[in-house]
Amino acid sequence: MDMKVTKKKLGLKDKYKLMTRDLGWEPSYHSKDELYPYMNYEGIKIHDWDKWEDPFRLTMDAYWKYQAEKERKFYAIIDAHAQNNGHLNLTDARYLSALKIFLQAISPGEYAAHRGFARVGREFPGVGPQVACQMQAIDEIRHAQTQIHAMSNYNRYYNGFHAFADQRDRIWYTSVARSFFDDAMSAGPFEFMIAIGFSFEYVLTNLLFVPFMSGAAYNGDMATVTFGFSAQSDEARHMTLGLEVIKFILEQDPDNLPIVQNWIDKWFWRGFRVLGLVSTMMDYMLPKRVMSWREAWDIYGVENGGALFKDLARYGIKPPKGWDDAEKAIDHMSHQFMLGLYQWSFGTAFHAWIPSDDDMRWLSAKYPDTFDQYYRPRWEHIKKLAAAGTPFKNYGLAKLCQTCQLPTVFTEPDDPTLTCHRETVYKGEKYHFCSDGCQHIFENEPEKYIQAWLPMPQLFQDPVNGDLGEWMKWVSLLDGKDNGDYAGSEDQKNFEAWRGLATTNQ
Amino acid sequence: MSTVFIALQANEETRPIIEAIEIDNPQAVVHRQPAMVKIDAQGRLVIRRATIEEQLGRDFDLQEIHINLISLTGHVVEDDETLTLSWND
Repeated sequence: MDMKVTKKKLGLKDKYKLMTRDLGWEPSYHSKDELYPYMNYEGIKIHDWDKWEDPFRLTMDAYWKYQAEKERKFYAIIDAHAQNNGHLNLTDARYLSALKIFLQAISPGEYAAHRGFARVGREFPGVGPQVACQMQAIDEIRHAQTQIHAMSNYNRYYNGFHAFADQRDRIWYTSVARSFFDDAMSAGPFEFMIAIGFSFEYVLTNLLFVPFMSGAAYNGDMATVTFGFSAQSDEARHMTLGLEVIKFILEQDPDNLPIVQNWIDKWFWRGFRVLGLVSTMMDYMLPKRVMSWREAWDIYGVENGGALFKDLARYGIKPPKGWDDAEKAIDHMSHQFMLGLYQWSFGTAFHAWIPSDDDMRWLSAKYPDTFDQYYRPRWEHIKKLAAAGTPFKNYGLAKLCQTCQLPTVFTEPDDPTLTCHRETVYKGEKYHFCSDGCQHIFENEPEKYIQAWLPMPQLFQDPVNGDLGEWMKWVSLLDGKDNGDYAGSEDQKNFEAWRGLATTNQ
Repeated sequence: MSTVFIALQANEETRPIIEAIEIDNPQAVVHRQPAMVKIDAQGRLVIRRATIEEQLGRDFDLQEIHINLISLTGHVVEDDETLTLSWND
Protein backbone atom coordinates (compact mmCIF):
# COMPACT_ATOMS: atom_id res chain seq x y z
CA MET A 1 0.00 0.00 0.00
CA ASP A 2 1.24 3.44 -0.87
CA MET A 3 2.10 5.79 1.96
CA LYS A 4 0.54 9.19 1.60
CA VAL A 5 3.48 11.60 1.55
CA THR A 6 2.86 15.29 2.15
CA LYS A 7 3.87 17.25 -0.91
CA LYS A 8 6.43 19.97 -0.35
CA LYS A 9 5.14 21.97 -3.29
CA LEU A 10 1.80 23.69 -3.16
CA GLY A 11 -0.83 22.29 -5.46
CA LEU A 12 -1.93 24.39 -8.40
CA LYS A 13 -5.23 25.39 -6.81
CA ASP A 14 -3.71 26.42 -3.47
CA LYS A 15 -0.92 28.32 -5.13
CA TYR A 16 -3.38 30.16 -7.37
CA LYS A 17 -5.49 31.07 -4.36
CA LEU A 18 -2.52 32.38 -2.37
CA MET A 19 -0.95 34.29 -5.21
CA THR A 20 -4.04 35.89 -6.68
CA ARG A 21 -7.03 36.03 -4.32
CA ASP A 22 -4.88 36.64 -1.26
CA LEU A 23 -3.25 39.64 -2.92
CA GLY A 24 -6.52 41.55 -2.90
CA TRP A 25 -7.68 43.84 -0.13
CA GLU A 26 -10.74 45.74 0.95
CA PRO A 27 -10.28 49.50 0.62
CA SER A 28 -10.73 51.35 3.91
CA TYR A 29 -10.43 55.07 3.16
CA HIS A 30 -11.90 55.17 -0.36
CA SER A 31 -15.12 53.58 -1.50
CA LYS A 32 -15.05 50.85 -4.15
CA ASP A 33 -17.00 53.12 -6.48
CA GLU A 34 -14.28 55.75 -6.20
CA LEU A 35 -11.56 53.18 -6.83
CA TYR A 36 -13.30 51.55 -9.79
CA PRO A 37 -15.33 54.32 -11.38
CA TYR A 38 -16.02 52.66 -14.74
CA MET A 39 -17.81 49.56 -13.52
CA ASN A 40 -21.44 50.64 -13.89
CA TYR A 41 -21.97 52.86 -16.90
CA GLU A 42 -22.02 50.10 -19.50
CA GLY A 43 -24.95 48.45 -17.73
CA ILE A 44 -23.13 45.18 -16.98
CA LYS A 45 -24.03 43.78 -13.55
CA ILE A 46 -21.46 41.80 -11.58
CA HIS A 47 -22.44 40.41 -8.18
CA ASP A 48 -19.48 38.29 -7.18
CA TRP A 49 -16.01 38.83 -8.61
CA ASP A 50 -14.74 35.74 -6.79
CA LYS A 51 -16.67 33.59 -9.24
CA TRP A 52 -14.02 34.51 -11.79
CA GLU A 53 -11.81 31.50 -12.55
CA ASP A 54 -8.56 31.34 -14.49
CA PRO A 55 -8.68 27.78 -15.83
CA PHE A 56 -4.88 27.68 -16.26
CA ARG A 57 -4.38 29.02 -12.73
CA LEU A 58 -1.22 30.75 -13.83
CA THR A 59 0.48 32.75 -11.08
CA MET A 60 3.04 35.51 -11.53
CA ASP A 61 6.03 33.39 -10.45
CA ALA A 62 5.25 30.69 -13.01
CA TYR A 63 4.42 33.34 -15.58
CA TRP A 64 7.88 34.94 -15.36
CA LYS A 65 9.59 31.57 -15.47
CA TYR A 66 7.85 30.42 -18.64
CA GLN A 67 7.99 33.80 -20.36
CA ALA A 68 11.75 33.97 -19.75
CA GLU A 69 12.13 30.58 -21.35
CA LYS A 70 10.09 31.69 -24.37
CA GLU A 71 12.35 34.74 -24.75
CA ARG A 72 15.53 32.64 -24.62
CA LYS A 73 14.20 30.36 -27.34
CA PHE A 74 13.13 33.34 -29.41
CA TYR A 75 16.47 35.13 -29.29
CA ALA A 76 18.47 31.97 -29.95
CA ILE A 77 16.67 31.59 -33.26
CA ILE A 78 16.65 35.30 -34.14
CA ASP A 79 20.44 35.37 -33.64
CA ALA A 80 20.87 32.29 -35.82
CA HIS A 81 18.67 33.87 -38.48
CA ALA A 82 20.73 37.06 -38.54
CA GLN A 83 24.06 35.22 -38.40
CA ASN A 84 23.22 32.87 -41.26
CA ASN A 85 21.74 35.26 -43.83
CA GLY A 86 18.31 33.90 -43.03
CA HIS A 87 16.69 36.42 -45.36
CA LEU A 88 18.14 34.58 -48.38
CA ASN A 89 16.30 31.40 -47.49
CA LEU A 90 12.95 32.94 -48.37
CA THR A 91 11.08 31.34 -51.24
CA ASP A 92 10.82 34.73 -52.90
CA ALA A 93 10.96 38.38 -51.85
CA ARG A 94 7.30 38.83 -52.82
CA TYR A 95 6.66 37.16 -49.50
CA LEU A 96 7.97 40.28 -47.74
CA SER A 97 4.84 42.26 -48.64
CA ALA A 98 2.93 40.15 -46.14
CA LEU A 99 5.53 40.95 -43.48
CA LYS A 100 5.48 44.67 -44.23
CA ILE A 101 1.71 44.78 -43.78
CA PHE A 102 2.11 42.85 -40.55
CA LEU A 103 4.74 45.26 -39.21
CA GLN A 104 2.87 48.42 -40.24
CA ALA A 105 -0.59 47.35 -39.13
CA ILE A 106 -0.55 44.36 -36.78
CA SER A 107 2.47 44.91 -34.51
CA PRO A 108 1.24 48.39 -33.51
CA GLY A 109 -2.06 46.63 -32.74
CA GLU A 110 -0.21 44.45 -30.25
CA TYR A 111 1.06 47.59 -28.57
CA ALA A 112 -2.46 49.01 -28.51
CA ALA A 113 -3.71 45.78 -26.94
CA HIS A 114 -0.99 46.17 -24.29
CA ARG A 115 -2.31 49.61 -23.38
CA GLY A 116 -5.87 48.36 -23.35
CA PHE A 117 -5.20 45.44 -21.03
CA ALA A 118 -3.05 47.55 -18.72
CA ARG A 119 -6.03 49.86 -18.39
CA VAL A 120 -8.76 47.29 -17.84
CA GLY A 121 -6.53 45.39 -15.41
CA ARG A 122 -6.63 48.55 -13.32
CA GLU A 123 -10.35 49.10 -13.71
CA PHE A 124 -11.77 45.68 -12.82
CA PRO A 125 -12.31 45.27 -9.07
CA GLY A 126 -11.71 41.48 -9.03
CA VAL A 127 -8.23 40.14 -8.27
CA GLY A 128 -8.60 37.25 -10.75
CA PRO A 129 -9.13 39.48 -13.80
CA GLN A 130 -6.59 42.01 -12.50
CA VAL A 131 -3.84 39.39 -12.53
CA ALA A 132 -4.94 37.86 -15.85
CA CYS A 133 -5.14 41.28 -17.54
CA GLN A 134 -1.75 42.27 -16.14
CA MET A 135 -0.20 39.15 -17.66
CA GLN A 136 -1.89 39.81 -20.96
CA ALA A 137 -0.72 43.44 -20.94
CA ILE A 138 2.87 42.26 -20.51
CA ASP A 139 2.40 39.61 -23.20
CA GLU A 140 1.14 42.15 -25.69
CA ILE A 141 4.06 44.54 -25.25
CA ARG A 142 6.40 41.56 -25.58
CA HIS A 143 4.71 40.69 -28.87
CA ALA A 144 5.11 44.20 -30.24
CA GLN A 145 8.78 44.26 -29.23
CA THR A 146 9.73 40.80 -30.47
CA GLN A 147 7.95 41.35 -33.78
CA ILE A 148 9.65 44.67 -34.40
CA HIS A 149 12.98 43.17 -33.38
CA ALA A 150 12.58 40.09 -35.60
CA MET A 151 11.55 42.11 -38.63
CA SER A 152 14.31 44.69 -38.14
CA ASN A 153 16.63 42.08 -39.66
CA TYR A 154 14.81 42.53 -42.96
CA ASN A 155 15.06 46.32 -42.73
CA ARG A 156 18.81 46.05 -43.35
CA TYR A 157 18.21 44.63 -46.81
CA TYR A 158 14.73 45.48 -48.08
CA ASN A 159 12.50 48.50 -48.63
CA GLY A 160 9.24 49.22 -46.86
CA PHE A 161 10.32 48.34 -43.32
CA HIS A 162 12.02 51.59 -42.35
CA ALA A 163 9.12 53.79 -41.24
CA PHE A 164 6.47 51.53 -39.80
CA ALA A 165 5.83 53.88 -36.88
CA ASP A 166 5.10 56.89 -39.12
CA GLN A 167 3.02 54.67 -41.34
CA ARG A 168 1.10 53.32 -38.41
CA ASP A 169 0.01 56.89 -37.68
CA ARG A 170 -0.35 58.33 -41.16
CA ILE A 171 -0.60 56.02 -44.15
CA TRP A 172 -4.12 55.23 -45.30
CA TYR A 173 -4.52 51.45 -45.01
CA THR A 174 -3.06 51.10 -41.49
CA SER A 175 -5.91 53.22 -40.15
CA VAL A 176 -8.04 50.08 -40.56
CA ALA A 177 -6.20 48.31 -37.77
CA ARG A 178 -5.56 51.47 -35.77
CA SER A 179 -9.19 52.53 -35.71
CA PHE A 180 -10.16 49.01 -34.66
CA PHE A 181 -7.97 49.15 -31.56
CA ASP A 182 -8.78 52.81 -30.86
CA ASP A 183 -12.46 51.88 -30.98
CA ALA A 184 -11.89 49.12 -28.42
CA MET A 185 -9.66 51.20 -26.16
CA SER A 186 -12.11 54.09 -26.06
CA ALA A 187 -14.95 51.75 -25.10
CA GLY A 188 -15.75 50.74 -21.54
CA PRO A 189 -13.76 47.98 -19.81
CA PHE A 190 -16.36 45.25 -20.33
CA GLU A 191 -16.78 46.07 -24.00
CA PHE A 192 -13.00 46.07 -24.39
CA MET A 193 -12.86 42.56 -22.98
CA ILE A 194 -15.57 41.29 -25.34
CA ALA A 195 -13.96 43.15 -28.27
CA ILE A 196 -10.36 42.06 -27.84
CA GLY A 197 -10.45 39.22 -25.33
CA PHE A 198 -13.37 37.35 -26.81
CA SER A 199 -14.19 38.39 -30.39
CA PHE A 200 -10.66 39.07 -31.58
CA GLU A 201 -8.61 36.60 -29.55
CA TYR A 202 -11.04 33.74 -29.36
CA VAL A 203 -13.04 33.89 -32.54
CA LEU A 204 -10.56 35.36 -35.01
CA THR A 205 -6.92 35.27 -33.90
CA ASN A 206 -6.40 31.68 -35.05
CA LEU A 207 -7.14 32.86 -38.57
CA LEU A 208 -4.37 35.40 -38.32
CA PHE A 209 -1.59 33.59 -36.55
CA VAL A 210 -1.92 29.90 -37.26
CA PRO A 211 -2.06 29.89 -41.08
CA PHE A 212 0.21 32.93 -41.25
CA MET A 213 2.94 31.28 -39.17
CA SER A 214 2.66 28.03 -41.04
CA GLY A 215 2.95 30.17 -44.16
CA ALA A 216 6.15 31.67 -42.82
CA ALA A 217 7.47 28.16 -42.16
CA TYR A 218 6.57 27.10 -45.72
CA ASN A 219 8.31 30.16 -47.13
CA GLY A 220 11.58 29.85 -45.27
CA ASP A 221 11.03 32.76 -42.90
CA MET A 222 12.52 31.46 -39.68
CA ALA A 223 12.34 34.87 -37.97
CA THR A 224 8.58 35.16 -38.37
CA VAL A 225 7.86 31.56 -37.45
CA THR A 226 9.73 32.22 -34.25
CA PHE A 227 8.04 35.45 -33.20
CA GLY A 228 4.73 34.07 -34.35
CA PHE A 229 4.87 30.92 -32.31
CA SER A 230 6.35 32.75 -29.35
CA ALA A 231 3.39 35.15 -29.44
CA GLN A 232 0.93 32.37 -30.15
CA SER A 233 2.01 30.47 -27.06
CA ASP A 234 0.52 33.40 -25.13
CA GLU A 235 -2.57 33.56 -27.35
CA ALA A 236 -3.83 30.21 -26.11
CA ARG A 237 -3.96 31.77 -22.64
CA HIS A 238 -5.61 34.91 -24.02
CA MET A 239 -8.24 32.86 -25.78
CA THR A 240 -8.98 30.99 -22.60
CA LEU A 241 -9.31 34.32 -20.80
CA GLY A 242 -11.65 35.55 -23.54
CA LEU A 243 -13.94 32.56 -23.15
CA GLU A 244 -13.80 32.83 -19.36
CA VAL A 245 -14.78 36.50 -19.52
CA ILE A 246 -17.88 35.88 -21.54
CA LYS A 247 -19.03 32.94 -19.38
CA PHE A 248 -18.40 34.98 -16.24
CA ILE A 249 -20.36 38.01 -17.44
CA LEU A 250 -23.28 35.92 -18.69
CA GLU A 251 -23.49 33.86 -15.51
CA GLN A 252 -23.47 36.92 -13.27
CA ASP A 253 -26.79 38.40 -14.37
CA PRO A 254 -29.40 37.66 -17.07
CA ASP A 255 -29.59 41.40 -17.87
CA ASN A 256 -26.09 41.16 -19.29
CA LEU A 257 -27.11 38.99 -22.24
CA PRO A 258 -28.49 41.61 -24.67
CA ILE A 259 -25.56 43.95 -24.01
CA VAL A 260 -23.04 41.19 -24.63
CA GLN A 261 -24.86 39.97 -27.75
CA ASN A 262 -24.76 43.47 -29.18
CA TRP A 263 -20.99 43.66 -28.58
CA ILE A 264 -20.44 40.26 -30.14
CA ASP A 265 -22.36 41.36 -33.24
CA LYS A 266 -20.34 44.55 -33.44
CA TRP A 267 -16.90 43.12 -32.75
CA PHE A 268 -17.22 40.05 -34.89
CA TRP A 269 -17.86 42.28 -37.89
CA ARG A 270 -15.13 44.77 -36.95
CA GLY A 271 -12.70 41.87 -36.53
CA PHE A 272 -13.77 40.16 -39.73
CA ARG A 273 -13.06 43.36 -41.66
CA VAL A 274 -9.73 44.06 -39.97
CA LEU A 275 -8.52 40.49 -40.58
CA GLY A 276 -9.79 40.49 -44.13
CA LEU A 277 -6.39 41.39 -45.45
CA VAL A 278 -5.10 38.07 -44.13
CA SER A 279 -7.12 36.47 -46.91
CA THR A 280 -4.94 38.28 -49.44
CA MET A 281 -1.76 37.30 -47.65
CA MET A 282 -2.79 33.65 -47.78
CA ASP A 283 -4.17 33.52 -51.31
CA TYR A 284 -1.82 35.92 -53.09
CA MET A 285 1.21 36.99 -51.07
CA LEU A 286 2.72 33.70 -49.95
CA PRO A 287 4.81 32.43 -52.88
CA LYS A 288 4.43 28.94 -51.40
CA ARG A 289 0.91 28.67 -50.05
CA VAL A 290 -0.21 26.64 -47.05
CA MET A 291 -3.94 26.56 -47.55
CA SER A 292 -6.45 28.90 -49.08
CA TRP A 293 -8.34 31.49 -47.07
CA ARG A 294 -11.47 29.44 -47.73
CA GLU A 295 -9.83 26.34 -46.22
CA ALA A 296 -8.61 28.29 -43.19
CA TRP A 297 -12.09 29.76 -42.70
CA ASP A 298 -13.66 26.29 -42.85
CA ILE A 299 -11.38 25.07 -40.05
CA TYR A 300 -11.07 28.10 -37.80
CA GLY A 301 -14.27 29.96 -38.64
CA VAL A 302 -16.96 27.42 -39.49
CA GLU A 303 -15.81 24.45 -37.41
CA ASN A 304 -14.37 26.27 -34.39
CA GLY A 305 -16.62 29.27 -34.36
CA GLY A 306 -19.57 26.96 -34.95
CA ALA A 307 -18.64 24.81 -31.94
CA LEU A 308 -18.16 27.90 -29.80
CA PHE A 309 -21.54 29.43 -30.56
CA LYS A 310 -23.28 26.08 -30.19
CA ASP A 311 -21.75 25.90 -26.73
CA LEU A 312 -22.70 29.47 -25.80
CA ALA A 313 -26.29 28.89 -26.94
CA ARG A 314 -27.08 27.64 -23.43
CA TYR A 315 -26.67 31.24 -22.23
CA GLY A 316 -28.94 32.50 -25.02
CA ILE A 317 -26.04 33.77 -27.15
CA LYS A 318 -26.62 33.61 -30.92
CA PRO A 319 -23.96 33.54 -33.63
CA PRO A 320 -22.92 37.09 -34.56
CA LYS A 321 -25.29 39.00 -36.82
CA GLY A 322 -22.77 39.28 -39.66
CA TRP A 323 -21.92 35.56 -39.68
CA ASP A 324 -23.89 34.72 -42.85
CA ASP A 325 -22.59 37.75 -44.73
CA ALA A 326 -19.06 36.74 -43.73
CA GLU A 327 -19.58 33.25 -45.11
CA LYS A 328 -20.83 34.73 -48.41
CA ALA A 329 -17.73 36.97 -48.65
CA ILE A 330 -15.14 34.24 -48.12
CA ASP A 331 -14.79 33.16 -51.76
CA HIS A 332 -14.51 36.75 -52.98
CA MET A 333 -12.64 38.90 -50.50
CA SER A 334 -9.00 37.98 -51.17
CA HIS A 335 -9.45 38.71 -54.89
CA GLN A 336 -11.24 41.98 -54.25
CA PHE A 337 -8.52 43.12 -51.83
CA MET A 338 -5.64 42.18 -54.15
CA LEU A 339 -7.24 43.99 -57.09
CA GLY A 340 -7.50 47.04 -54.83
CA LEU A 341 -3.90 46.75 -53.61
CA TYR A 342 -2.64 46.39 -57.18
CA GLN A 343 -4.43 49.44 -58.55
CA TRP A 344 -3.49 51.67 -55.57
CA SER A 345 0.07 50.37 -55.23
CA PHE A 346 1.49 53.88 -55.76
CA GLY A 347 0.34 54.59 -52.22
CA THR A 348 1.41 51.45 -50.32
CA ALA A 349 4.70 50.84 -48.51
CA PHE A 350 4.72 47.28 -49.87
CA HIS A 351 4.54 45.78 -53.33
CA ALA A 352 1.63 44.27 -55.18
CA TRP A 353 1.72 42.27 -58.42
CA ILE A 354 -0.27 40.47 -61.07
CA PRO A 355 -0.64 36.79 -60.21
CA SER A 356 1.33 34.48 -62.51
CA ASP A 357 -0.34 31.81 -64.66
CA ASP A 358 0.62 29.25 -62.03
CA ASP A 359 -0.89 31.39 -59.28
CA MET A 360 -4.10 31.72 -61.27
CA ARG A 361 -4.31 27.96 -61.80
CA TRP A 362 -4.05 27.49 -58.03
CA LEU A 363 -6.70 30.17 -57.40
CA SER A 364 -9.07 28.49 -59.91
CA ALA A 365 -8.65 25.18 -58.14
CA LYS A 366 -9.22 26.68 -54.68
CA TYR A 367 -12.10 28.93 -55.74
CA PRO A 368 -13.89 26.91 -58.41
CA ASP A 369 -17.14 28.86 -58.04
CA THR A 370 -15.74 32.37 -58.17
CA PHE A 371 -12.22 32.85 -59.55
CA ASP A 372 -12.61 31.95 -63.21
CA GLN A 373 -16.00 33.59 -63.44
CA TYR A 374 -15.36 36.92 -61.70
CA TYR A 375 -11.67 37.54 -61.13
CA ARG A 376 -9.54 35.80 -63.77
CA PRO A 377 -10.97 37.96 -66.57
CA ARG A 378 -9.97 41.10 -64.67
CA TRP A 379 -6.45 39.86 -64.01
CA GLU A 380 -6.07 38.81 -67.68
CA HIS A 381 -7.15 42.29 -68.73
CA ILE A 382 -4.74 43.91 -66.30
CA LYS A 383 -1.99 41.63 -67.58
CA LYS A 384 -2.62 42.78 -71.15
CA LEU A 385 -2.47 46.43 -70.10
CA ALA A 386 0.85 45.85 -68.32
CA ALA A 387 2.28 44.01 -71.36
CA ALA A 388 1.26 46.95 -73.57
CA GLY A 389 3.20 49.32 -71.31
CA THR A 390 0.03 50.94 -69.95
CA PRO A 391 -0.35 49.28 -66.52
CA PHE A 392 -3.66 49.80 -64.75
CA LYS A 393 -3.04 52.38 -62.05
CA ASN A 394 -5.74 54.14 -60.11
CA TYR A 395 -4.58 57.54 -58.89
CA GLY A 396 -8.05 58.36 -57.69
CA LEU A 397 -8.71 58.17 -54.00
CA ALA A 398 -10.53 55.23 -52.59
CA LYS A 399 -13.88 55.88 -50.95
CA LEU A 400 -13.51 54.65 -47.38
CA CYS A 401 -16.06 53.10 -45.06
CA GLN A 402 -16.66 55.39 -42.09
CA THR A 403 -16.63 52.42 -39.69
CA CYS A 404 -13.93 49.96 -40.77
CA GLN A 405 -12.00 52.49 -42.90
CA LEU A 406 -11.42 50.01 -45.71
CA PRO A 407 -12.04 51.14 -49.28
CA THR A 408 -15.54 50.12 -50.33
CA VAL A 409 -14.28 47.40 -52.68
CA PHE A 410 -16.61 44.62 -51.57
CA THR A 411 -19.65 43.34 -53.42
CA GLU A 412 -23.23 42.71 -52.33
CA PRO A 413 -23.50 39.48 -50.31
CA ASP A 414 -25.87 38.02 -52.91
CA ASP A 415 -24.53 39.64 -56.06
CA PRO A 416 -20.79 39.49 -56.75
CA THR A 417 -21.18 41.76 -59.78
CA LEU A 418 -22.49 44.72 -57.78
CA THR A 419 -20.36 46.86 -55.45
CA CYS A 420 -21.85 47.09 -51.99
CA HIS A 421 -22.42 50.63 -50.82
CA ARG A 422 -24.49 52.01 -47.96
CA GLU A 423 -24.96 55.55 -46.73
CA THR A 424 -26.44 57.20 -43.67
CA VAL A 425 -27.18 60.87 -43.21
CA TYR A 426 -26.45 62.02 -39.67
CA LYS A 427 -26.79 65.66 -38.57
CA GLY A 428 -26.77 66.81 -42.18
CA GLU A 429 -23.58 64.96 -43.15
CA LYS A 430 -23.48 61.91 -45.41
CA TYR A 431 -21.42 58.89 -44.29
CA HIS A 432 -20.40 55.94 -46.48
CA PHE A 433 -20.17 52.26 -45.57
CA CYS A 434 -18.88 49.07 -47.15
CA SER A 435 -21.57 46.77 -45.74
CA ASP A 436 -24.72 46.44 -43.68
CA GLY A 437 -22.54 45.35 -40.76
CA CYS A 438 -20.50 48.57 -40.74
CA GLN A 439 -23.60 50.71 -41.28
CA HIS A 440 -25.36 49.14 -38.27
CA ILE A 441 -22.31 49.67 -36.09
CA PHE A 442 -22.24 53.36 -37.04
CA GLU A 443 -25.96 53.81 -36.49
CA ASN A 444 -25.72 52.36 -32.97
CA GLU A 445 -22.99 54.84 -31.97
CA PRO A 446 -22.95 57.69 -34.49
CA GLU A 447 -21.40 60.21 -32.08
CA LYS A 448 -18.38 57.96 -31.76
CA TYR A 449 -17.81 57.24 -35.44
CA ILE A 450 -18.33 60.74 -36.80
CA GLN A 451 -15.13 61.59 -34.91
CA ALA A 452 -13.09 58.99 -36.80
CA TRP A 453 -9.84 60.19 -38.31
CA LEU A 454 -10.02 59.22 -41.98
CA PRO A 455 -6.88 59.31 -44.09
CA MET A 456 -8.53 60.70 -47.24
CA PRO A 457 -9.81 63.99 -45.74
CA GLN A 458 -6.37 64.34 -44.12
CA LEU A 459 -4.87 64.54 -47.63
CA PHE A 460 -6.50 67.90 -48.13
CA GLN A 461 -5.40 69.36 -44.83
CA ASP A 462 -2.07 70.66 -43.57
CA PRO A 463 0.71 69.69 -44.12
CA VAL A 464 -0.25 67.79 -47.28
CA ASN A 465 -2.85 70.07 -48.93
CA GLY A 466 -3.66 67.66 -51.72
CA ASP A 467 -0.06 67.29 -52.98
CA LEU A 468 0.91 63.67 -53.64
CA GLY A 469 4.66 64.28 -53.24
CA GLU A 470 4.09 66.05 -49.94
CA TRP A 471 1.86 63.20 -48.83
CA MET A 472 4.59 60.66 -49.59
CA LYS A 473 7.05 62.68 -47.53
CA TRP A 474 4.55 63.00 -44.72
CA VAL A 475 3.94 59.24 -44.55
CA SER A 476 7.68 58.43 -45.08
CA LEU A 477 6.98 56.56 -48.31
CA LEU A 478 9.96 56.48 -50.68
CA ASP A 479 8.52 56.66 -54.18
CA GLY A 480 10.01 54.08 -56.55
CA LYS A 481 11.42 52.06 -53.65
CA ASP A 482 8.75 51.18 -51.12
CA ASN A 483 5.71 51.25 -53.44
CA GLY A 484 4.54 49.99 -56.83
CA ASP A 485 4.66 46.67 -58.66
CA TYR A 486 6.98 43.97 -57.36
CA ALA A 487 8.07 43.29 -60.94
CA GLY A 488 11.08 45.55 -61.52
CA SER A 489 11.36 46.66 -57.88
CA GLU A 490 14.63 47.07 -55.95
CA ASP A 491 13.50 44.30 -53.62
CA GLN A 492 13.18 41.92 -56.55
CA LYS A 493 16.54 42.88 -58.08
CA ASN A 494 18.41 42.76 -54.78
CA PHE A 495 16.94 39.47 -53.65
CA GLU A 496 17.81 37.79 -56.94
CA ALA A 497 21.33 39.26 -56.98
CA TRP A 498 22.09 38.33 -53.35
CA ARG A 499 20.63 34.89 -53.65
CA GLY A 500 22.82 34.43 -56.73
CA LEU A 501 25.88 35.49 -54.72
CA ALA A 502 24.93 33.12 -51.93
CA THR A 503 24.58 30.08 -54.17
CA THR A 504 27.46 30.63 -56.62
CA ASN A 505 31.11 31.72 -56.37
CA GLN A 506 30.69 34.77 -58.58
CA MET B 1 -20.57 16.60 -30.74
CA SER B 2 -18.19 19.47 -31.57
CA THR B 3 -14.47 19.06 -32.06
CA VAL B 4 -11.91 20.41 -29.62
CA PHE B 5 -8.29 20.82 -30.62
CA ILE B 6 -4.87 21.65 -29.28
CA ALA B 7 -2.01 22.81 -31.49
CA LEU B 8 1.61 22.52 -30.37
CA GLN B 9 4.88 23.52 -31.95
CA ALA B 10 6.59 20.61 -33.65
CA ASN B 11 9.82 20.14 -31.71
CA GLU B 12 11.72 17.77 -29.44
CA GLU B 13 9.96 18.98 -26.31
CA THR B 14 6.48 18.32 -27.66
CA ARG B 15 7.15 14.88 -29.18
CA PRO B 16 6.56 13.00 -25.92
CA ILE B 17 3.58 15.23 -25.11
CA ILE B 18 1.96 14.38 -28.42
CA GLU B 19 2.68 10.68 -27.88
CA ALA B 20 1.05 10.89 -24.46
CA ILE B 21 -2.01 12.60 -25.92
CA GLU B 22 -2.31 9.84 -28.51
CA ILE B 23 -2.13 7.19 -25.77
CA ASP B 24 -4.75 8.87 -23.58
CA ASN B 25 -7.10 9.86 -26.41
CA PRO B 26 -7.52 7.02 -28.89
CA GLN B 27 -10.22 9.00 -30.70
CA ALA B 28 -7.85 11.94 -31.37
CA VAL B 29 -6.67 12.69 -34.89
CA VAL B 30 -3.13 14.07 -35.23
CA HIS B 31 -2.41 16.44 -38.13
CA ARG B 32 1.26 17.14 -38.76
CA GLN B 33 1.56 20.55 -40.44
CA PRO B 34 4.58 22.75 -41.19
CA ALA B 35 6.24 23.54 -37.84
CA MET B 36 3.13 22.53 -35.88
CA VAL B 37 1.02 19.58 -34.85
CA LYS B 38 -2.75 20.01 -34.51
CA ILE B 39 -4.68 17.37 -32.58
CA ASP B 40 -8.45 17.21 -33.04
CA ALA B 41 -10.79 15.19 -30.84
CA GLN B 42 -14.54 14.78 -30.76
CA GLY B 43 -16.03 16.46 -27.71
CA ARG B 44 -13.16 16.05 -25.27
CA LEU B 45 -9.38 15.80 -25.02
CA VAL B 46 -7.42 14.90 -21.88
CA ILE B 47 -3.74 15.53 -21.26
CA ARG B 48 -2.30 13.58 -18.31
CA ARG B 49 0.87 14.50 -16.49
CA ALA B 50 1.62 10.88 -15.56
CA THR B 51 1.51 9.70 -19.19
CA ILE B 52 3.75 12.54 -20.32
CA GLU B 53 6.25 11.71 -17.56
CA GLU B 54 6.35 8.08 -18.72
CA GLN B 55 7.09 9.16 -22.29
CA LEU B 56 9.52 11.85 -21.22
CA GLY B 57 11.39 9.96 -18.51
CA ARG B 58 11.43 12.90 -16.11
CA ASP B 59 9.13 14.94 -13.90
CA PHE B 60 6.85 17.24 -15.82
CA ASP B 61 4.78 20.20 -14.72
CA LEU B 62 1.67 20.54 -16.89
CA GLN B 63 2.19 24.28 -17.06
CA GLU B 64 5.35 23.63 -19.10
CA ILE B 65 2.95 23.08 -22.00
CA HIS B 66 2.55 26.87 -22.21
CA ILE B 67 6.04 27.18 -23.72
CA ASN B 68 5.12 25.23 -26.84
CA LEU B 69 1.41 25.80 -27.03
CA ILE B 70 0.06 27.40 -30.21
CA SER B 71 -3.67 27.30 -29.78
CA LEU B 72 -6.59 25.37 -28.36
CA THR B 73 -10.37 25.40 -28.23
CA GLY B 74 -13.01 24.40 -25.75
CA HIS B 75 -13.36 24.96 -22.03
CA VAL B 76 -10.12 24.40 -20.17
CA VAL B 77 -10.00 22.62 -16.82
CA GLU B 78 -6.54 22.21 -15.35
CA ASP B 79 -5.20 20.85 -12.08
CA ASP B 80 -1.88 19.25 -11.15
CA GLU B 81 -2.67 15.96 -12.88
CA THR B 82 -4.72 16.73 -15.98
CA LEU B 83 -5.60 19.39 -18.51
CA THR B 84 -8.97 18.78 -20.14
CA LEU B 85 -10.58 20.49 -23.12
CA SER B 86 -14.29 20.04 -23.76
CA TRP B 87 -17.44 21.57 -25.19
CA ASN B 88 -20.77 21.46 -23.37
CA ASP B 89 -23.13 20.51 -26.14
